[in-house]
Amino acid sequence: MSGPFALVDCNNFYASCERLFQPELRDKPVVVLSNNDGCVIARSNEAKALGIEMGVPWHLTRERFERLGVIVRSSNYTLYGDMSARVMRVLAAFSPQFEVYSIDEAFLGLGGFEDRLEHHARHLRSTVYQWTGIPVSVGIAPTKVLAKLANKAAKKDQASGGVRALMTVADQEEALSRFQLQDLWGIAGRLSARLQAVGINRPLDLRDADPRFIRERFGVVTERMVYELRGISCLALDEVVPDRKSIIASRSFGQPVLKLDHMREAVVAYVSRAAEKLRRQRLATAHLVVFIETNPFKPADPQRHVTCPAHLPVATSDTGRLAGAAVLALESIWRDGYRYKKAGVMLLGLVPAARVSGGLFDRPDTEASIARMRAMDMLNRRFGRDTVALAGGGVRRPWKLRRERLSNRYTTCWEELLEVPRPGTDVRV
Amino acid sequence: MARLAQVAPFINMFKDLARFCRRRVASIPLAFDRAAAGFPSPADDYLEQRLDFNDLIIEDEAATFVVRIRGDSMKGAGLFDGDYAVINRARTPTTGCIVLAILDGEFTIKRYFHRGRDILLQAESPDHADIVVTEDRSFEVWGVLRRSIRTF
Repeated sequence: MSGPFALVDCNNFYASCERLFQPELRDKPVVVLSNNDGCVIARSNEAKALGIEMGVPWHLTRERFERLGVIVRSSNYTLYGDMSARVMRVLAAFSPQFEVYSIDEAFLGLGGFEDRLEHHARHLRSTVYQWTGIPVSVGIAPTKVLAKLANKAAKKDQASGGVRALMTVADQEEALSRFQLQDLWGIAGRLSARLQAVGINRPLDLRDADPRFIRERFGVVTERMVYELRGISCLALDEVVPDRKSIIASRSFGQPVLKLDHMREAVVAYVSRAAEKLRRQRLATAHLVVFIETNPFKPADPQRHVTCPAHLPVATSDTGRLAGAAVLALESIWRDGYRYKKAGVMLLGLVPAARVSGGLFDRPDTEASIARMRAMDMLNRRFGRDTVALAGGGVRRPWKLRRERLSNRYTTCWEELLEVPRPGTDVRV
Repeated sequence: MARLAQVAPFINMFKDLARFCRRRVASIPLAFDRAAAGFPSPADDYLEQRLDFNDLIIEDEAATFVVRIRGDSMKGAGLFDGDYAVINRARTPTTGCIVLAILDGEFTIKRYFHRGRDILLQAESPDHADIVVTEDRSFEVWGVLRRSIRTF
């Protein structure tokens, strides 16, 4: 793919999907909850303006939400997946160079459109909105890192009309000066702290830093960030990832888990989630920790909080291998007679997958397993979480019952179509 | 025994997936004979073309949505309670077409007329008066109704 690049990002995607079929959600604070109605995973602008944070647990904030008039929806991945496919199909018509990056983001290579970049982007934006009803923002720049930043600028600045191009050095400097280090793609909190320790406090400092110094201290990915910020495109898409030491996947259950079978399903589901993150960063691990907990807010119940580490002979990113180890660990710590409220999996000791070498009897991941995992990740990214999963993750999921505020599957289910007029509507309308 | 209950949600999931992966082709066989158009291939005797009803129903796939008609306010246009209406968001509404619109926060299906800034929504039933969309009302065309499907 050759530059300039456009990053197209759907605005508050999940909330926008809900609003398309539920006009009463417009101009109102809306939040979408995680799979289990556990915590907030998406917010409308109005919800953001109320100071509602990502990740806050619903059961702790329910009353506050009701007081503030926040409308709550369970995550409807069927609807989001279908709407995502529609948006992507419309986008694909705007450039032969097109990459889906996530359920609500895509890159377009705009080589050949140089003389009418903004015009093309505005046409794209209005077409996506007309065809699908989903508002998007477009950031355009000579590199992907700058395109991501341009997209943020487009969202932040009302006057931009949802499109911002950073094609000149002056525009890039102006935008870079308005953001913080951690606003840059791939600069997570820890890395930004390390950069600040050597005097790189602002995005412009990083752009102007000596690439060789950055490479020695922070690695080749961060060095490429420097070039990307200078407008020299060198970052392959999948390299733009935060540097992480551990990956955690855990959640509170909708209802207490009493049986090992159900807990096993939950743990496998969390391993799947964590392993997908691991693969997205091209990492592997031989070390993981499984933990299960009862509800500390119910002191009358017998309490139990246990963790169990598990180790594999060789680092892997294969969901199946990791899940096998996690299940053995779980079984070793399982005791009946407790009402478990939470479980989780932490992956530790992450290493680059490319550097894993096997022992005499223990082989690293095979080509076939890598291909299988890649296919699984691609389907899940494209069509929404859990489109394809290990069967051990449970297809019944009795531990996952909470979907109290689920909207209809308006676009994929004959029984759940929008009815016009909607039942209970004033007939004069 | 419990197996079926276990896989049932999976089956639904894959049905959903299949719907957005590919169009489902509902088809009937059609005899195909090209003899009149030139020298026939012997294989033509065995060729069949299948009709895909999606060709009739879907114009712009990514912009096509289906809703269910309730009530009889559009019966004059042949839209009855329980019919499936095919909405195309890609089309720009022209005067005289039927639209799915949002008026004051509620969905409605009406015939749409506009002249300059004036918009009129017309039901197709004597029991329903026309609605003049005055500037104080919130109004938006959601999509253009292009087809309906009903079972007799």
